[in-house]
Amino acid sequence: MAKKNTDEVNFAPRGIGDEKDGAVQKGVDLPAPTKKKHKSLGLSEDDLKAMYEQMYLQRRFEERAMQQYQKGKFGGFLHLYIGQEAVSTGTVYALNDDDDIITAYRDHGWGLCRGITPNEGMAELFGKKTGCSKGKGGSMHFAKTENHFWGGYGIVGGHIPIGGGLAFANKYNQNGRISATFFGDGAVDQGALHETFNIANLWGLPAIFAVENNGYSMGTAARRHTVNEIVDRAKGYGMKSRVVNGMDVFSVYEAMKEVAEEVRKNSEPYFLEIRTYRYRGHSMSDPQKYRTKEELENYQKNDPIERLKTYLKDNKILKDDGIQEIEEKVEQEVLDAVEFADNSDFPDESELYDDMFAEDEPYFHN
Amino acid sequence: MAELQFREAIREAIDEEMAREEKVFIMGEEVAEYNGAYKATEGLLDKYGYKRVIDTPISELGFAGIGVGAAMNGLRPIVEFMTFNFAVLAADQIINHASKAGYMTGGQISMPIVFRGPNASAGQLGATHSVAYDSMYAHFPGLKVIYTSEPDDAKGLLKSAIRDDNPVLFMESEQMYGMKGEVSEEEDYIIPIGKGKIKREGSDVTVVAHGKMYHVAKQAAAQLEKDGVDVEIIDPRTVKPLDLPLIVESIKKTNRCVVVDEAHPFAGFAAEIGFLIQREAFDYLDAPVQRVTLPDVNAPFAKNLFDAWLPDAKNVIEAVNKVTYRN
Repeated sequence: MAKKNTDEVNFAPRGIGDEKDGAVQKGVDLPAPTKKKHKSLGLSEDDLKAMYEQMYLQRRFEERAMQQYQKGKFGGFLHLYIGQEAVSTGTVYALNDDDDIITAYRDHGWGLCRGITPNEGMAELFGKKTGCSKGKGGSMHFAKTENHFWGGYGIVGGHIPIGGGLAFANKYNQNGRISATFFGDGAVDQGALHETFNIANLWGLPAIFAVENNGYSMGTAARRHTVNEIVDRAKGYGMKSRVVNGMDVFSVYEAMKEVAEEVRKNSEPYFLEIRTYRYRGHSMSDPQKYRTKEELENYQKNDPIERLKTYLKDNKILKDDGIQEIEEKVEQEVLDAVEFADNSDFPDESELYDDMFAEDEPYFHN
Repeated sequence: MAELQFREAIREAIDEEMAREEKVFIMGEEVAEYNGAYKATEGLLDKYGYKRVIDTPISELGFAGIGVGAAMNGLRPIVEFMTFNFAVLAADQIINHASKAGYMTGGQISMPIVFRGPNASAGQLGATHSVAYDSMYAHFPGLKVIYTSEPDDAKGLLKSAIRDDNPVLFMESEQMYGMKGEVSEEEDYIIPIGKGKIKREGSDVTVVAHGKMYHVAKQAAAQLEKDGVDVEIIDPRTVKPLDLPLIVESIKKTNRCVVVDEAHPFAGFAAEIGFLIQREAFDYLDAPVQRVTLPDVNAPFAKNLFDAWLPDAKNVIEAVNKVTYRN
């Protein structure tokens, strides 16, 4: 039995999302979703169908990826985004195509949403030369810069200043673009976030910083890794902020649309805490002993894909057969991607040194 | 040729590149209003304004990372650190991000960024302000590392660094900012990265020395000349990429080598040169390669201990005596 707090000195965490002295500490509760319907949000029926297809693609892609990983088709880490698809989808539909997006290692959903094809994505997971990063990046380093998706980054919080730098360049060039930087709740404890928030507001960078608070920093629940409301991190830096329901694609879309407009107009940073939930472990090696089945099921009641499906049906935009048609199309696309990845070649060993330097004949010190 | 201080040569390089290319800008602690902690950026704010000469908070990780993001997104940042000792706080951005983003995205990202500032020790600054970092950064693939010894090299190489499409660490010595030297007045004076220079021709022993240690070697060579030893000094100027052929050719002539390095001995620049020479020129060596480095201990404050800690001409002469079997 672990000792209760009877020690004279103890370091029992006092973070958020816990029940303490009979009172629930907030920090992971989902805020109410938007009440607006798609038309008042400026979304067409076709947009909705496309959003559904996009979210379903992210989910099926990762479920198939998981299966291939378990079959030993590829190695490395595999951090799945399943459960968080409304965040990527709502954001990408709300931002302009030439706004810059950068994220952390849970990046497959973001990549697919920003135009990495299922073939390019799956091949990257397999480490094949046909992958989006030519098999040099892997799961954590998807990127498609021509679509202004700058990639997944594997150092927690390390890419937050880089997201600020993307915005710096946009302001410098006065090109009207903004940057949006996404990271997990574990990253809010990193100094990189604090340094960047300070500089971003100091210099008026047109940057959105958004935490995808999925409740866990690897296996450490928010109550054990961070104090006070995450959204309040912005207050100390004079940044505007809001909390968003990340299980509802309309809520994300609405918030991102409004925030992006403000950031673009005023050239100032904005912080969003998007509360969401990941259904799978931190990575494939995580047995998830830190949470209960009930907790997971409770969040799954808010599943972003099911919510949109229900909306499509309730509003008679799609019937069951229409939904099924989309799902079958996606399923086939993902199966084709697995086949494509499987049949693609590994990079030639002669490519080991490629892409390291900008020169045609780079120098290597061996 | 014009006689310039080291800081003036650096300033000219930055000024010329900023005038040439709108995408070049400089940011760092005290670079603008204060005119630079060591006055390397004096007058640039007046000339280029607040858009392109930017004071940062004391926030190395933050502003280095913003530089990295700006470089990815099409600009050509010069990030000044008040000293490379503080840049350790930004090492994640330099080592994990600037050097890797291009490779791990399969070449989709280009990273034209220069991180520059004073390197290594000055007088009696204690342990946290006295470390030479060129060896450390040279360890990592994807980074270029330059630590020059004279104003002329500084101007020509800094201009190259700013034009380079890869991340470059450009190191200066805090103690050398006021040092004067002849600098070429050639228009758009460029020295290519990766080319070392024979700074003193000699026939008896090759001494490899860069940065502040070049001046220590030069002093030793003058002394040794009186004793009848003819020293050849090679300043590699760029630590990485390294002009190994220049060093090897010199050793084929002198058959002896001493490496003088301002860093600690273990796994450092001098160790690497020693290994490379035995691999490339073993049959030409008449004596084991010797190195003169800092000891494997932190910088002390006390004047006498500090003097014992930093390599000087006497140490170099001792090493030369060893490889020439003179005692």
